[in-house]
Amino acid sequence: MKNSNFKAWLFLLPAIAFLGVFMLYPLIDVLIYSFEEGYNSASQSYWGIGFYNYSYVLRDPYFIQALKNTIILVIITVPLSTGLALLISLGLNSIKALKNLFQTVYFLPYVTNTIAVGLVFMILFKKTAYTDGMINLLINWFGGQSVDFIEGPYWAKMMVMCIYTIWIVMPFKVLILTGSLASVNKNYYNAAKIDGTSKFRTFTRITVPMISPMLFYLIITGFIGAFKAYSDEVALFGTNLNAAGMNTIVGYIYDMLYGNSGGYPSYAAAAALILFIIVLTITSINLAISKKNIHY
Amino acid sequence: MAVFPAAASVHPPRFLMNIVLKDLTKIFPKSSRNKSPVTAVDNFNIEIPDGKLVGLLGPSGCGKSTALNLISGLEKPTHGRIFFGGTDVTDLPPERRGVGMVFQNYALYPHLSVLQNILFPMQNLKGKERPSKEEMIARAEEAARLVQISELMDRRPGELSGGQQQRVAIARAIVKKPGVLLLDEPLSNLDARLRLQTREEIRRIQNETKITTVFVTHDQEEAMSISDLIILMESGVLNQVGKPQDVYDYPANMFVSKFLGTPPINIFKGTVKDGTVYIGDVPAAHTDSGFEGEAAVGIRPEGFIPDRNGILSCGLSRVEVMGRDTSIVFTHPQAESGSGRAIVSSESLSEVSGTTVCFSLKSSKIHVFDPVTGVKIETRPG
Amino acid sequence: MSNKERLNGTGKAARFAGKAATYLLLSLWGLFVLFPFYWMILTSLKSYSAYNSEFIPKFFTVNPTLNNYADAFTTVPLGRYFLNTILFTAVTTAAMLVVIIMAAFAFSRLEFAGKNIVFAVFLSLMMIPNELVIITNFVTITNLNLRNTFLGLILPSVTSVFYIYLLKENFEQIPEELYKAAKVDGTSDVKYLLRVMIPICRPSIITITILKVIECWNSYVWPRLITDDETYYLVSNGIQDIRESGFGRENIPTMMAAVVAVSIPLIIIFLVFRKKIMSGVLRGGLKG
Repeated sequence: MKNSNFKAWLFLLPAIAFLGVFMLYPLIDVLIYSFEEGYNSASQSYWGIGFYNYSYVLRDPYFIQALKNTIILVIITVPLSTGLALLISLGLNSIKALKNLFQTVYFLPYVTNTIAVGLVFMILFKKTAYTDGMINLLINWFGGQSVDFIEGPYWAKMMVMCIYTIWIVMPFKVLILTGSLASVNKNYYNAAKIDGTSKFRTFTRITVPMISPMLFYLIITGFIGAFKAYSDEVALFGTNLNAAGMNTIVGYIYDMLYGNSGGYPSYAAAAALILFIIVLTITSINLAISKKNIHY
Repeated sequence: MAVFPAAASVHPPRFLMNIVLKDLTKIFPKSSRNKSPVTAVDNFNIEIPDGKLVGLLGPSGCGKSTALNLISGLEKPTHGRIFFGGTDVTDLPPERRGVGMVFQNYALYPHLSVLQNILFPMQNLKGKERPSKEEMIARAEEAARLVQISELMDRRPGELSGGQQQRVAIARAIVKKPGVLLLDEPLSNLDARLRLQTREEIRRIQNETKITTVFVTHDQEEAMSISDLIILMESGVLNQVGKPQDVYDYPANMFVSKFLGTPPINIFKGTVKDGTVYIGDVPAAHTDSGFEGEAAVGIRPEGFIPDRNGILSCGLSRVEVMGRDTSIVFTHPQAESGSGRAIVSSESLSEVSGTTVCFSLKSSKIHVFDPVTGVKIETRPG
Repeated sequence: MSNKERLNGTGKAARFAGKAATYLLLSLWGLFVLFPFYWMILTSLKSYSAYNSEFIPKFFTVNPTLNNYADAFTTVPLGRYFLNTILFTAVTTAAMLVVIIMAAFAFSRLEFAGKNIVFAVFLSLMMIPNELVIITNFVTITNLNLRNTFLGLILPSVTSVFYIYLLKENFEQIPEELYKAAKVDGTSDVKYLLRVMIPICRPSIITITILKVIECWNSYVWPRLITDDETYYLVSNGIQDIRESGFGRENIPTMMAAVVAVSIPLIIIFLVFRKKIMSGVLRGGLKG
């Protein structure tokens, strides 16, 4: 028994060591950082303990802007992408021919480098001296005015951000929903058919309840993922997101940590914990709602 | 057909490999699964003679698999000793005991071919014990021939039928030339027809190799049909050891009598008064044991002979003819569940008519037990 | 009878319309997904002057050129970024496989005091967002003087609680009897792991490997924090650097050539292992 104990710990040692150093210790450390007031990374000293870092971050206009951007992004993209994914999955599940091809194509964004493809979106939407860009060309066709989506008005930039985010998150959602739709027992549908249930009723009374656990799961992970948005924005608007007015909470954390505006790990830590609390709260609310609504 | 000399070359001259279990006990401590300690094997003292095929029989969960795991070394006994051919192996790990084992689900490695599966045990040997590559393959082929799967060597287990997988498992177990072969419910994953066929196979292979073999089963018919010796246990306790027919004819207690035989023995509520055993007021047997009072009287289905003048009068429910067997289902107020079943010869049906049937009883088929302890009360014909 | 026929007739027409609408929707979405890929390839094939002279972008090019690709690899050290990324991906993935296989083996096969508690702690770590720990990790790596080194890039990502969890589940599906059979034959634990468990669970291990490779290839945030010397840039950082300053700001075709070059390896891996990747992500998603 002793011998097998020793052996087991030996096998676990690498995992425990790495998790300890790079997850468990940082978790405690980040809490400490967030309460150390006036931390100086050069001298590694601080002058007090308290909530100053939190109140600084919460009053920082850049953070407010980042919070606002993130929330708008979440509110627009999560329902839109989930709904669209459900629609597409339903379509995919109702066809036979070309199904594999469509599925393969839809999954492509999942395996692409988001920074790289972000650049493509940027040039598609960007208006420069030489060209108004692809999207503006389409807008002009429909009689609209050209807009600079990358360095222009706020709503235009937000739109690009949302469109790109949806493009990125769709593959996962479509895959999961197609999978769970396919796993609904066909007998339910046959029973509904025999009872003469209409298509719409079949959808709302059978399909949706049957896949509701997965829908909630996607909504929850969608929230979490959207709240952590960052690198997609970098690809579209460049690393100086504050200047573009397009920063996100995670972007704010990194900017505080590193780069031209960096060197403030305490502020970064406070912002990270604020983000964690927001995500935790929203996840708990989601879980509470889903518990009420999932009956099996 | 494998010829015996070939098999003999797989298994060169062996020394006596009897198995002796001495005061063997296994107690599982309290765990998340069992709230109090469980005695799976309670103080076993058995000698399993060399070169025999032994059936370890009992209902599910009676501890027979634990007993087998103790013999294999997969489990360590709480106390007691195990001897193989006179050597104490209690503290040896499985691989040093020289046992081969076949599992209920065969436990073949799904990613290895049949040949690689059979080679696997030999490839674990080290140093001098490790045969050369050619010898390993020769021995694997020999073992495959013995169980008649030579043509399947390149297949994967997933491509084989249940019966074929079973044979591969046996080949893998015997390729190391074990002194003891252990089979854990080897037939329970097979369908009825294959089960019959495979149990004859196991009998044949054991006959040819003469390896001391212990197999665990909950199927009494299976154990009865191929074992040289039956070990019957119930909830950790050893009930009876003996030749199948002996255990059937002379059950040591009520559990053994009930567990062996299909259809099962009929139990009647009876009394013993002045040395006579009564069912109701019918004297069925006599005893010199001095036992008095309530008793359980068991009568095997074949112990009933329809006879107009028979002593035991029963209500006639129906007559069933199934193949060569003719059985009479009867009712009797003293019968355990109100009714019973007798297996009779078809000619004797001429004795049956109307709504009642009378039986005379074969005294050798009557077993009387203490209803509380289940212990057998010796009887004599009467 | 005629009534039934009519019912069938309208049913057929409605069904056809439904099918057509479905295919239209699916094709439109497919177009939306594919268009950026088309556009980057198209643009990368246009010459610099051709691109800049198109005030109204053209959907095709008559004079495709590969010059942009040559430029992309010569003006900036894109080749070096590739090598860095390949090295980073290979070492990280290999090291992670060793770590998670060992841990999953301990959890699934070995009995030891405190197993359940340790596993519970592991599982709870799954909920911790990377953003929370990355701050300290940045400080740790900086203090260890590991900025601008491969070690600094690799170390924080060689464990994944999620993959340990996935693999442990998979290991546990191997029947107990197989282990017993191996024990009777005298197989050591390590040999059993190497010769039985890993081969049996090879499909899962391959899936995990591919997913980790994708993750490594696309990693951006951590490399950005930890490297500012372009000798250690990974492709994502290289691309971002190109966006900020490379090729002169307006050399879009060369930029797109770099983007195509960066995207192609993963797309090839995806097309080859399509089934494995999709089922792996699905399984991971359904578990999580």
